[in-house]
Amino acid sequence: MAATRGKSFVGRFGVHLAVLIFVVIWTIPTLGILVSSLRDKDQIIASGWWNSFASSSQTEAGRLPAASAQTQKDGKYVIEGNVFGDGAKRAISAFGTKAAAPTQYKAGTAADLGDGVSLQVNADGTFVLSSPKAFEGDRGQRVYYASSAPPKFTTENYENVLLSQGIGRSFMNSLTVTIPATVIPILIAAFAAYALAWMRFPGRALLIAVIIGLLVVPLQMSLIPLLKLYNGVGTFFGVPSKTYLGIWLAHTGFGLPFAIYLLRSYIAGLPREIMESARIDGASDFEIFVKIVLPLSFPVLASFAIFQFLWVWNDLLVAMVFLGTAPDQIVLTAQLNALLGSRGGNWEILTTSAFITIIVPLIVFFSLQRYFVRGLLAGSVKGG
Amino acid sequence: MAAQIFSAIFVIIIGVGGCVAYFWGANKLLDLIFPSRGVSGSAAVDNLRRQGLVRPWLFVGPAMIILTIYLIYPVIETLRLSFLDRGGEHFVGLANYQWAFGDHDFRNSIFNNILWLAVVPAACTFLGLIIAVLTDKIWWGTIAKSLIFLPLAISFVGASVIWKFIYEYRGEGQVQIGLLNAIIQYFGGQPQVWISLPFWNNFFLMVILIWIQTGFAMVILSSALRGIPEETLEAAVIDGANPFQIFWKIMVPQIWGTIAVVWTTITILVLKVFDIVLTMTNGQWNSQVLANLMFDWMFRGGGDFGRGATIAIIIMIAVIPIMVWNIRQANKETGGH
Repeated sequence: MAATRGKSFVGRFGVHLAVLIFVVIWTIPTLGILVSSLRDKDQIIASGWWNSFASSSQTEAGRLPAASAQTQKDGKYVIEGNVFGDGAKRAISAFGTKAAAPTQYKAGTAADLGDGVSLQVNADGTFVLSSPKAFEGDRGQRVYYASSAPPKFTTENYENVLLSQGIGRSFMNSLTVTIPATVIPILIAAFAAYALAWMRFPGRALLIAVIIGLLVVPLQMSLIPLLKLYNGVGTFFGVPSKTYLGIWLAHTGFGLPFAIYLLRSYIAGLPREIMESARIDGASDFEIFVKIVLPLSFPVLASFAIFQFLWVWNDLLVAMVFLGTAPDQIVLTAQLNALLGSRGGNWEILTTSAFITIIVPLIVFFSLQRYFVRGLLAGSVKGG
Repeated sequence: MAAQIFSAIFVIIIGVGGCVAYFWGANKLLDLIFPSRGVSGSAAVDNLRRQGLVRPWLFVGPAMIILTIYLIYPVIETLRLSFLDRGGEHFVGLANYQWAFGDHDFRNSIFNNILWLAVVPAACTFLGLIIAVLTDKIWWGTIAKSLIFLPLAISFVGASVIWKFIYEYRGEGQVQIGLLNAIIQYFGGQPQVWISLPFWNNFFLMVILIWIQTGFAMVILSSALRGIPEETLEAAVIDGANPFQIFWKIMVPQIWGTIAVVWTTITILVLKVFDIVLTMTNGQWNSQVLANLMFDWMFRGGGDFGRGATIAIIIMIAVIPIMVWNIRQANKETGGH
């Protein structure tokens, strides 16, 4: 690449800038939900997440206490208190008494409301309304104020979605689905791949051809017959048709062609001499497989495992068909989809839940990127 | 919670343990039935031969059974169901196919799928290639690639939430908390409900898939670019080629095979795109696609298996030629393994 490296300063600067722009565009969406998930839920709707480090300001309206709260002081009638009541204290920058001019007066100054009536609202929310005549009526003075709150970050959202929105439970469900659905196909595929690569038996070539053929079958082809089959089996034996066992086997089935294809091509490439010398030493196929082939195949097993893990963890379609939506079965992706429907506007819930669903894949991705890339390079033919 | 964790661990042990027990136990059993150790010479040879006949099937047996139940049988059954009525009881001939081509939603899905096919693979491959070339030239390229690659690990549902937040719309005069509308408003434009704008909403959904898949294209193409012999590039530089000529005339032709594989792989993915449409619009506002339509018919009003199966067959017909070509290409490149 050295030869093509931009010679001019402008050219090199342009490359850095272009890559930077791509990186920013690709990172910002994820950053948005991470930042939002840590924000106070009132602030999420009060300002965009990109403003979350600035104070969020908003204009609010309130009503001061009515005439019954007045006291007499120095010959004047006075109503005192705090516009926030007992609620959260925010900083007031300006106030007003008309909807048309909600920030007419600066905080801390006295506003003349006519007839000798004056109102002062301080930055901390305390106010003094005073008049030479007694206040009347049971409706208090209307007041508008612009207030700002310092940025507030919290882990409350996480506590909320994990414990009250069912995300914690479905996290466990996702793990329950994913771990066996990753391990079972590896075991089954590894044995089959070894047999297809190193054992002689009639029909071997045909089997290999069938497996490669099955790589092309889209998942959609399997859904309806399997749904019918599961319902039939459930009715026949009087057991639930949506079970963890059912979805493990489904994921195993859908992952197997790719697993066998990937593992077989790797295992077939292992050096023949090792196998043969082991055989001469009296090792059986089972021993050769367990003691020699499995350890040597570790890289490709890891690649497949990561691929399958991410695929199952991120899957929505198979889970929606083969698992129920009750709390004891619903997986993270399905739960997140359900929340999108029921909590469409509650961004504190959605962003937090979304971040929890993507955190596991991100950890897997960052810690095992090398194997993931290898699986990807080999796996560009996966049908699933 | 504790009970859930316990039962999760329990079922995991049962599931995985059952598998291990089968392979170990079946082999042990075979050794017991046909012992090859501790018996006389000729008997041992006989038994070894018998073991050799049976053992391959012990190894491939579970895989064959599962593949038969989960893939081979369903393909035949789906084909059969596509000629039957909604309950799968009465033969209706080609009625389901006739229905499909007259149905508004189906035509809309076909149209949208073609739109997706035209845009997404091209955009991913092009962007992936550009980024792969650019990141090769800078010292922090690996970090940049990791970050662009990262969305590939995110589920389609997660990505949909991420982008729904970007497309979020609030009424006029309110603070826009969706990034896109905030930018539009900042420049004096009119905020829009992006995902319910017929026709254009397709593109807003496509952006999500492009965002996810560009990293895939980038990684594959990046490794192909590394394989280009240095001499060809140096020769071009000596001949006075500018960077654009080098890119289009030297680099792209040499990795053409890989570009095609990336393109077709994403094409297959696009034909099966489901989660994004389901979570973003569920096919409303003319954004339906085939895979989501099929899912819809599987459960709509108790489910119409005939129509669902018909749509599955149509997806399969679209996928197969591309897939076959893709596998051939991949086999050619890995030397026939």
